[in-house]
Amino acid sequence: MTKVVLKLGDDVSTDIIYPGRFMATVLPTETPQYIFADLVDFNRRVKNQDIAPQSVIVAGNNFGCGSSREQAASCLKGPDFIVIARDFARIFLQNSINLGLNTIICPDIEADEGDELKISATQVLNLTSGKNFKVVPLPQARQAIIDAGGLIPYTRQRLLQTKK
Amino acid sequence: MGMTLVEKILARATGQPAVKAGDVVEPQVDLAMSHENAALVLNQFQEIYQGTGLEARVWDPDRITIIFDHRVPAESSKTATNQKKVRDFVSKQGIGKFHDIRGDEGGICHQILPENGYVRPGAVVVGTDSHTTSHGALGAFAFGIGATEMASVWALGRVLNVEVPGTIKVEVHGDFHPYVLPKDLILYLIGKISAQGANFKVIEFHGPAIKKISTSGRLTICNMSVEAGATAGIVPGDAETVRYLNDDAGVKGRIEILQPDAEAIYDRVIQIDASAMDPQVACPHTVDNVKPVQEVVGKQVNQIVIGSCTNGRLDDIRIAAQILEGKKVARNVRMLVFPASARIYRQALQDGYLLSLMNAGAVVMNSGCGPCLGVHQGALADGDVALATTNRNFKGRMGNPAAEVFLCSPAVAAASALTGKITDPRKGA
Repeated sequence: MTKVVLKLGDDVSTDIIYPGRFMATVLPTETPQYIFADLVDFNRRVKNQDIAPQSVIVAGNNFGCGSSREQAASCLKGPDFIVIARDFARIFLQNSINLGLNTIICPDIEADEGDELKISATQVLNLTSGKNFKVVPLPQARQAIIDAGGLIPYTRQRLLQTKK
Repeated sequence: MGMTLVEKILARATGQPAVKAGDVVEPQVDLAMSHENAALVLNQFQEIYQGTGLEARVWDPDRITIIFDHRVPAESSKTATNQKKVRDFVSKQGIGKFHDIRGDEGGICHQILPENGYVRPGAVVVGTDSHTTSHGALGAFAFGIGATEMASVWALGRVLNVEVPGTIKVEVHGDFHPYVLPKDLILYLIGKISAQGANFKVIEFHGPAIKKISTSGRLTICNMSVEAGATAGIVPGDAETVRYLNDDAGVKGRIEILQPDAEAIYDRVIQIDASAMDPQVACPHTVDNVKPVQEVVGKQVNQIVIGSCTNGRLDDIRIAAQILEGKKVARNVRMLVFPASARIYRQALQDGYLLSLMNAGAVVMNSGCGPCLGVHQGALADGDVALATTNRNFKGRMGNPAAEVFLCSPAVAAASALTGKITDPRKGA
């Protein structure tokens, strides 16, 4: 069981998730401090570690549109968020998979801040509203990267195979 | 069964007779581009090699290009230090296609690649920048990836697990009216299909109106295809592509051109009549909030920005200079111009365009991403309104979430600079 801590609408861009003015900061260990920097209260809660790991951010369509900046995925991965969206923009989704950020495509999701959710591989159950929502599985090719623990270990495996 | 242009390119890059949309492939990369975020790429690259006992060497230094453009000259010691790390890496790995902060060969990556002939028709190009879609203007399959994905490419020379995208065909007929530019076409298309209308798909541009657009204009169109969510935009190569590569980019030798098959299968076909199109403006805070200019005429603006990887090329600067020649930028407006590359800057200097713009009151900045992404100069005040030829108007994009950004062509921007309000260039200022 986990809780929705932030609800967002459609077309949340990487400029909202991780504003461009902080792009000089690149290391995944350092990016979480600037998460949603312009949502000042939320940013403060993350920095103060007021939010439990595995908390959920719920969004509408096209989450992560815009820039390819990987900081937008790494700043969410650091505090161990789960992002459930109706759908994701391509580069953001791939970056998330590559870094092991838990992204869930749930085209009909309805949930508000404070709602408690139960998430499985096939569905999201909103315990607060009692409604059930189907999860769209990731393509198998991407699952291989997730299973390896991210693109870095996956590439390492591939590299060692080719050098044998 | 026929193939779209990108299916053809991916079949070749994977050594297969044919691929189709939905297949998962691992194409060989012809060119891998990064900018300042190479600092993160090299961090991830070194991590890949940890514990392997292998030396961390890139797969092919000649197929990697690195350009400093996002924060040039460095706006902070942090950026300067990251740039230094990248410089050291470039020299250690023998990466020749490196463009440092220089007035002879520097500039924005999406202009540096075409003008140096780094991109060829039929190539697979990846870049750690979402506007890598630009290079589809030369008939290449060019798409944006993240830094970790690039680290993997540096190691293996392939992109892993690429789903062959479906393709939307856009056919453009008719002639553009004066002051209706390629920027207006792409804004119109994004407004029509929405910011996610081409998610995970390629947009292939066809039709007599596209044939008449120069490579510079095609770069604008493919550049902003990503704002409709597209993986890539692509214009099949033609005589103009060959002319550009030979004459402007100095490419010697035969240039092979790939074409999509006549019986290729498209997800969707969209017809556009260029002759019915007005200049367009994308209103805050999404790029698909597009209106014909006449619906937003009169809106007060505080800052005009002409430049970027979208509209910082010579013809963009020329049309602005022609509109402003002998006139003055309105007193309540700051006008910033930043050419897309040092080469364009010098040409605009020689041709007198920059003098016209400066005499009118514009500030000419060095080539780079500059104000477009709000990290380096040209930040907006609370409540400010910017009118820009750049590519994104997201909340906070120009450094301040309490400001508004409108997007338009260089003609609309220049006409509006004279009045201090959004102005229809067809009506004159």
